[in-house]
Amino acid sequence: MHSSRTRRAILDAAIATSVVAVMGIARGVYSNELMLFNFIMFLTLSQGLNIIYGFTGYLPFGYVGFFGAGAYGFALAVMHLHLPAFAAMVCAGLAALVLSVILLPLLRLSGAYFAIASMAAAQALYEVIANPDLENVTKGPYGVSLSGVFAPAASYYLALAILAVTLMLVVWLRNSRFGMSLQAIRDDSVSASMAGISVVRGRTVAWTLSAVIAGLVGGVFAWHISVFYPDTAFDLSVSIFATVFLLFGGATTLVGPLLGVFILYGVYNVIGIAVPQYFQFTYGALIVLLVLFLPNGLVSLLTSRGIRVP
Amino acid sequence: MGALLQVQDLVKRFGGFTALAGVSFHLQPGEVLGLVGPNGSGKTTCINVISGLYAPDGGTVQYGGRSIGGEKPHSLAKAGINRTFQSPRPFLSLTVRENVELAAHYGDPRPGFDVDALLAELELDQYANRPAADLNSAQQKTLDLARAMATEPRLLLVDELAAGLNPSELNRMADRLRALADGGMALLVVEHLMGFIDKVTDRVVIMAAGKEFFGGTLADATKDPEVIRVFLGGGHHG
Repeated sequence: MHSSRTRRAILDAAIATSVVAVMGIARGVYSNELMLFNFIMFLTLSQGLNIIYGFTGYLPFGYVGFFGAGAYGFALAVMHLHLPAFAAMVCAGLAALVLSVILLPLLRLSGAYFAIASMAAAQALYEVIANPDLENVTKGPYGVSLSGVFAPAASYYLALAILAVTLMLVVWLRNSRFGMSLQAIRDDSVSASMAGISVVRGRTVAWTLSAVIAGLVGGVFAWHISVFYPDTAFDLSVSIFATVFLLFGGATTLVGPLLGVFILYGVYNVIGIAVPQYFQFTYGALIVLLVLFLPNGLVSLLTSRGIRVP
Repeated sequence: MGALLQVQDLVKRFGGFTALAGVSFHLQPGEVLGLVGPNGSGKTTCINVISGLYAPDGGTVQYGGRSIGGEKPHSLAKAGINRTFQSPRPFLSLTVRENVELAAHYGDPRPGFDVDALLAELELDQYANRPAADLNSAQQKTLDLARAMATEPRLLLVDELAAGLNPSELNRMADRLRALADGGMALLVVEHLMGFIDKVTDRVVIMAAGKEFFGGTLADATKDPEVIRVFLGGGHHG
């Protein structure tokens, strides 16, 4: 029993390592670094979202709030504390962590109420940061420039490291008792509590882990592009893309969100370049087809036949 | 021997509705107490309060001599109180074995607790590696019981476990519950099937409108005019 669990964990870890290796090698053979960086960004964000949605059932539409908090945590640390980029990344993670703790009461809500409340929270944070009266602190709506720390190669490889850690975290959650306890909470929180599982603790850990991942991605995004605006850092399409990629591939699995990003973001880029006039129609049609025929994601083609998907 | 569970003047309100209006009873180790009454009499609410799902609005619940009113369910599960549910509530995405394994890990049973032996005892071993969603309703009820037993409770609250079982399943379930009591576990059994109550319980508390109004053996209850009036019509005016 345990050896089969170990074999599953090794397979999961091998897949995670392969993805990180491919994205690492790709930078040397493909010149569009920003596109590759965006792939890494969404690979990580969709897995971060997987931790809170796939394992506990909470779908935060306002996930971008943590991303934005991380981006501005990084920017403020560089601008005001004059920290080097790697130290500023700690502030990015901390900013998202603090925000997640402040928003912990949202976990009392569920379903659409939780989704909408998290979106409202992200919007509220955006309004604070974009406030022109805070120009001396956040630069308000005029955006920040971090050209002094601009280092595309270092930020790319840091993003890759964050992806690696995130994927390994998901591998652990899928193969550990703690991850299993989160799935139990998602299935039935009352039964989970009667099994001796602390529901509040489980949800809190998943929520903060998921938030810190988004914060770190936001921080490394800020470092990589160096010039950005509140509209960029709190762009709701970041949440939407991460959510759609996760749901398209299939939550709770390691492979589902990876497939979602590689296929959908791949299609997004191909259509956007080749036939931009058909982009919105094609992309929208893809998503409608998914919702109609594969509501549990691509992986459900296998899982519905009793086949375990890594 | 002192009571393992002592419920005294328990009150639970939901807005303007009083579900429990001062219920009192006690339960000894190794004893099976039936909680009987018409629908809406407060039986399941009583179990929900004892198991920590609801905080009481008045009265006390003492377990092993300490007050537990308002404690969280997961703490109570670790302390030795567990329950089954009227409608089975397994973790559908996990396997049968994982359902029980989780409770055996987080519910603090004795070290070396044997999950496989429990699954075999409850005849779930052949489904151990299948998702709980594949089980039928009776099997899911048995899985609920297995998950509760994996925490090695001293007090088991059984909420309409017999509903929906066929006669042979009923008999097996009754024998299982009796065996648990013979091993020293205290059981509080909510049930509508009087044959099952008769076979399993040592005594019964009969409730109506959120209060208990009879305590004694089921045989005595069936001769009590007030019990007959409540069950056969006319309501309770006590």
